[in-house]
Amino acid sequence: MSHNTSFLIANLARQGVSRRTFIKYCATLASLMALPPSAGRAFAEALAKARRPSVIWLSFQECTGCTESITRSHAPTLEGLIFDSISLDYHHTLQAGAGTAAEAAREAAMKANWGKYLVVVDGSVPMKDGGVYSTSAGVSNYDMLMETVKGAAAVVAVGTCAAFGGLPMARPNPTGAVAITDLVKDKPVVNIPGCPPIPVVMTGVLAHYITFGSLPELDAKGRPKAFFGESIHDRCYRRPFYDQGKFAKSFDDEGARKGWCLFELGCKGPVTYNSCATLKWNGGTSWPVESGHGCLGCSEPDFWDAGGFYKALSMSASPLILGKGAVLAGATAGVAVALVNRAKKRAAKAAHETTTLADLEK
Amino acid sequence: MNDMQFLSWVRGTGLDLAVGIFLLGVIWRLIEIYSLGRKKDLAAPRHTPGASGWHTILRRSIPADGLLTKAPVTYIAGYGFHIGLAVVVLLFAPHIKLIQGLIGISWPALPSQIVDLFAVATLAAMLVILVDRITKPVKRYLSTFEDWFTWTITFLPVLTGWLAVRHLLLPYTTMLAVHILTVELLLVFLPFTKLFHAFTVFGSRWYNGAVNGHKGVPV
Repeated sequence: MSHNTSFLIANLARQGVSRRTFIKYCATLASLMALPPSAGRAFAEALAKARRPSVIWLSFQECTGCTESITRSHAPTLEGLIFDSISLDYHHTLQAGAGTAAEAAREAAMKANWGKYLVVVDGSVPMKDGGVYSTSAGVSNYDMLMETVKGAAAVVAVGTCAAFGGLPMARPNPTGAVAITDLVKDKPVVNIPGCPPIPVVMTGVLAHYITFGSLPELDAKGRPKAFFGESIHDRCYRRPFYDQGKFAKSFDDEGARKGWCLFELGCKGPVTYNSCATLKWNGGTSWPVESGHGCLGCSEPDFWDAGGFYKALSMSASPLILGKGAVLAGATAGVAVALVNRAKKRAAKAAHETTTLADLEK
Repeated sequence: MNDMQFLSWVRGTGLDLAVGIFLLGVIWRLIEIYSLGRKKDLAAPRHTPGASGWHTILRRSIPADGLLTKAPVTYIAGYGFHIGLAVVVLLFAPHIKLIQGLIGISWPALPSQIVDLFAVATLAAMLVILVDRITKPVKRYLSTFEDWFTWTITFLPVLTGWLAVRHLLLPYTTMLAVHILTVELLLVFLPFTKLFHAFTVFGSRWYNGAVNGHKGVPV
């Protein structure tokens, strides 16, 4: 299954990608990742010479949306071609082999590239009840992950499920799902969250790894800073409307038709760090906010449990249940204190002694 | 706990607790204060022009003769930060959305840059008030722990809100959560400290005016 002998540039040329297009792509990638202009050349040189790096893709508790996003975003793209040009030695959805043959391919790839291969993980890992909720070839996700990452150079957690637990980890988390970083502690892990993540972010990280032999600079949540350094809100083309106080109040009102800010309709752009607003989706066609829907915050941890997709960020995340009881308790306390005060007053009045002239002359 | 969980907690359980304690405290204190009552004044009421509860409410809102020049900081910075607070709290779009979510009423918002300007002015005025309290020996002598404490819990929500909007000091998500938490602290302590004047200021002015008005004294 391993094809480490064919160069990436040759592969691209076979698929009709000219050298000029390739160099333009490398320059764009370098600029997207906020690297100096010289990095574009470095990318081009390194990628052109790169032998197809071995990648083992493990799919755990996921929906295959991440794979769909990267492989089917639009065809053909340079991202797609580069993705096709890695030596994808094991991938549940894409591999032709099945059963023992597939597992043998994984083991062979690990053996042949020990210490050098990349492990891409898509999906969270169930830990409850011995991990029985997700297995492949009779092996629990946990066991397969730990065995596979042993010889990996680095691990890439693709999608929010792998990066932060995602939907499987949402309350009440019936399978005891955890993120990859909860389990892999001794290998570099880069998180590429998103539901699904943006394809170019994935290829950008791969290109960086191939070129510099290291992972790009990461933020506190293990995400490449170049792509997750700024919030959706700060880069949103509707931001001026937020600043002017112009908000769509429903999805079909005048404000919505005029393209006003979607904050009041629940947009999570202010607390979501991702590149959707700048890179957009489907070859730069559009992105959620441009299509009229607020950001769900899908590249942030716990976005399923962040209080509802259609509630404004400043609204309460859950219904306030203590209010009525608090008013009742307050009224009771107030009346009780009032009664005590009245009683004190009455007692003071009762204890009042009148003074007569005779008393004063004593 | 990551930043999103922190934010969800302050927007959920934290807000519920804070609003609960706030409501409990406000209802309790209002009943307690207004049930105290006073002795009946058996003297015949004297009628003097300008001596009534309503007159006092108005009069105490305007600096007395000469005081504006004697204590300009108290009046200008005092009014400045109270008006600033009202604008920032009540006319910033996300705040209106919160109020609408809680009690169902809403009103138009000001553009965020104007609210930003008011926030900066409020912070500046509050700092001036603080420096004045520290540097004036009499004010410092009269100040108790409660004065410093209430200043702090009023200042923090404005500061953290402004820092969050400006993306300063901490990442926005964390700063937003800290901002909401400081507002919750304010809500919890408001009914039980002198900040309760937000509810009683006009009532107590009216009472003073009415009691003295009965005696024919305009205060």
